Amino acid sequence: MRKLVTSVLAGIGLTLACGTSVYAQEKELTIFWAEWDPANYLQELVNDYTAETGVKVTVQTTPWPDFQTKAFTEFNAHGDAYDMVVGDSQWLGAGSTQGHYVDLTDFFNKHKLGDVMAPATVKYYAEYPGGSGKYWAIPLEGDAIGWSYRKDWFEDPKEKEAFKAKYNYDLDVPKTYAQLRDIAEFFHRPDQKRYGVAIYTDNSYDAMAMGVESAIFSYGGDLGDYATYKVDGITNSKEAAAGLDMYKELYKFTPPGWGKTFFVEDNQAITGGLAAMSMNFFAFFPPLVNKATNPFADATGFFANPAGPDGKRFAALGGQGISIVSYSKNQEEATKFLEWFIKDETQKKWADLGGYTCSQAVLKSEAFQNATPYNKAFYDTMFMVKDFWATPEYAEVLDQLNQNIYPFVVGGKGTAQEALDKTAAEWKATFTKYNRYK
Amino acid sequence: MASVALTHLDPASRAAARGWSDLTIRNLFIIPTLVFLIIFNIFPLIYSLGYSFTNFAANRSEPWQFVGLQNYRELLSDDHIWSNFIITAKYVIVSVAGQMIVGFGLALLLNRSFPMKGLITTLLLLPMMMSAAVVGLFWQLLYSPSWGPINYVFGLGDFAWLSNPDSALYAVAITDIWMWSPFVMLLSLAGLSAVPQHLYEAAAIDRAGWWYTFTRITLPLVSPILLIALIFRTMEAFKTFDIAYTMTTQPTAELIAIRLYKQAFQQWDTGKSCALAYIVLIMVLAITNLYVKYLNKVKER
Repeated sequence: MRKLVTSVLAGIGLTLACGTSVYAQEKELTIFWAEWDPANYLQELVNDYTAETGVKVTVQTTPWPDFQTKAFTEFNAHGDAYDMVVGDSQWLGAGSTQGHYVDLTDFFNKHKLGDVMAPATVKYYAEYPGGSGKYWAIPLEGDAIGWSYRKDWFEDPKEKEAFKAKYNYDLDVPKTYAQLRDIAEFFHRPDQKRYGVAIYTDNSYDAMAMGVESAIFSYGGDLGDYATYKVDGITNSKEAAAGLDMYKELYKFTPPGWGKTFFVEDNQAITGGLAAMSMNFFAFFPPLVNKATNPFADATGFFANPAGPDGKRFAALGGQGISIVSYSKNQEEATKFLEWFIKDETQKKWADLGGYTCSQAVLKSEAFQNATPYNKAFYDTMFMVKDFWATPEYAEVLDQLNQNIYPFVVGGKGTAQEALDKTAAEWKATFTKYNRYK
Repeated sequence: MASVALTHLDPASRAAARGWSDLTIRNLFIIPTLVFLIIFNIFPLIYSLGYSFTNFAANRSEPWQFVGLQNYRELLSDDHIWSNFIITAKYVIVSVAGQMIVGFGLALLLNRSFPMKGLITTLLLLPMMMSAAVVGLFWQLLYSPSWGPINYVFGLGDFAWLSNPDSALYAVAITDIWMWSPFVMLLSLAGLSAVPQHLYEAAAIDRAGWWYTFTRITLPLVSPILLIALIFRTMEAFKTFDIAYTMTTQPTAELIAIRLYKQAFQQWDTGKSCALAYIVLIMVLAITNLYVKYLNKVKER
């Protein structure tokens, strides 16, 4: 009898359990992002949300070079394949003005996210137009340009002595671009198959532009006035040209054939023992501290982008905010998800999994800063970032910059001033075409 | 004309043996094909022609306007576009000429009997059966200045094939030659084996030299099929995208197809890209027409 009751109860329980889960599985959310480790961390994170609420959340990914094309093809077709998208900061202009993104201003103000998230991330990942107080995304993955370096080469007493003799100061983590250049020159020994520095040179999307703008910003230059679209005298200022010149100077000390390089090659420069220093986005640093992927993991250190000649210090911003797609049929459910995502404990878990949280509280905590060898450099960097244009026509603007700086940096054609003069003229024509000067 | 053709079904054909009527064949095969072609080929072609006269941008929800010939005017007066066309022309000349020479040369070598001829011919055909993107990625490694076998074999030190603005385009062309010479070889081989043997025998009796036999018998008889290979390869080389896109980002190797892709799918300048696509189409048509005219002349001879 008891057996019978137990089995009947178990049966009822099972039916109920299945019933609820079937009911719950009806609600599904899809997040679209690029194919990289943080997307896997995000999938791990959102599994908790599914466990808590029963709403299934899937993180769909596509390789980086296709990311922009695929997302915008879906937006342009007003497709509802994605409920949320973790879009590049430069997409904000197109996303907001073309109606692809849901306006999150009320959500933002209600949860006082302006105070919760780091100021730079709010400014560049969420707000458009700049200073308007209108928000289109929640900062999700903070990222910026940083550097990895070979600690063992830097700390070798013989190298230190030789460096001091040649340059008259101690070999250490570079504080300025001039020092970075010296160190790159010092370690550039092609006969030993050792090279000075690895930088971005791929011009098929924004890789090279991010590297170049980091130097331009630190040299006191700017890409233009993002509010008024003024470019003459800003884009092609002397400071900007000096920054671009420095980038070209660094290219001299790269490994051979360094003409189409992005995050993969720059990490290989370290894991392959090729270069003394390597530029990369912080998001690509985790494999460098993993012995399975980097034989020199113990000897790899990290530092934030160095300063220019006047002590100004900036780094190009990467990273993304999460937006709700306006063609999604699950906008309400997506808003609920975002409410869960911004909770302090979720953000903490996000950081623990390897995500670069933008939450100030987590960023400032000792636990976060000591969690990895690069978190401290990341924290320092997130308060000195600047971004590229975020106007709806940014892809055109980016292409024009690429067309002009690539032949100069990699091909050695013309001068930095000429490259930037031409860029400024073409940008002005483009902004005129889109009626930006009213 | 069509109805005449349809009323006469070859009684020996398999369809006739199965008892299929002309009507069934028309409904089953011809109509679906035509509908497919019209929907996916003809309609977009005409639709994009319409777009090329507008400032339509697929990523903007603003209404587009008719701008007449403005897109064409802007494109044809754009220095960047012209430099893309010049790059493409250089690429077509180098890569097609290379393929014709290597492909025809291989065919001449293969056009005799020797052991394992079939196996060797098949192996030589392998490159053109690979995916172009994969070929591009592999050749990128082969060209690598640090560990690439090409520099090692030729003792070129750390010459950076793909990062050097002057050599990048030719490096891509060499890859294209490697990939598509087998195609020319295959067609040439078909042409060579169709040359009647008695002509060679007659030439041998007349004590004609190798060069004389080659220029007076082999070449004239093979030239129509060589021209067909030339037409195909020129058209293909003109619109090369995959190999070049995966191998290099040098502006000196930016073929017109890559520029078109960037304009259409990175900048979403849909109207202008349609116009550029039509300019490319017209150019390819013009070149092909010249070839076809010449081909007809050769055939008449």
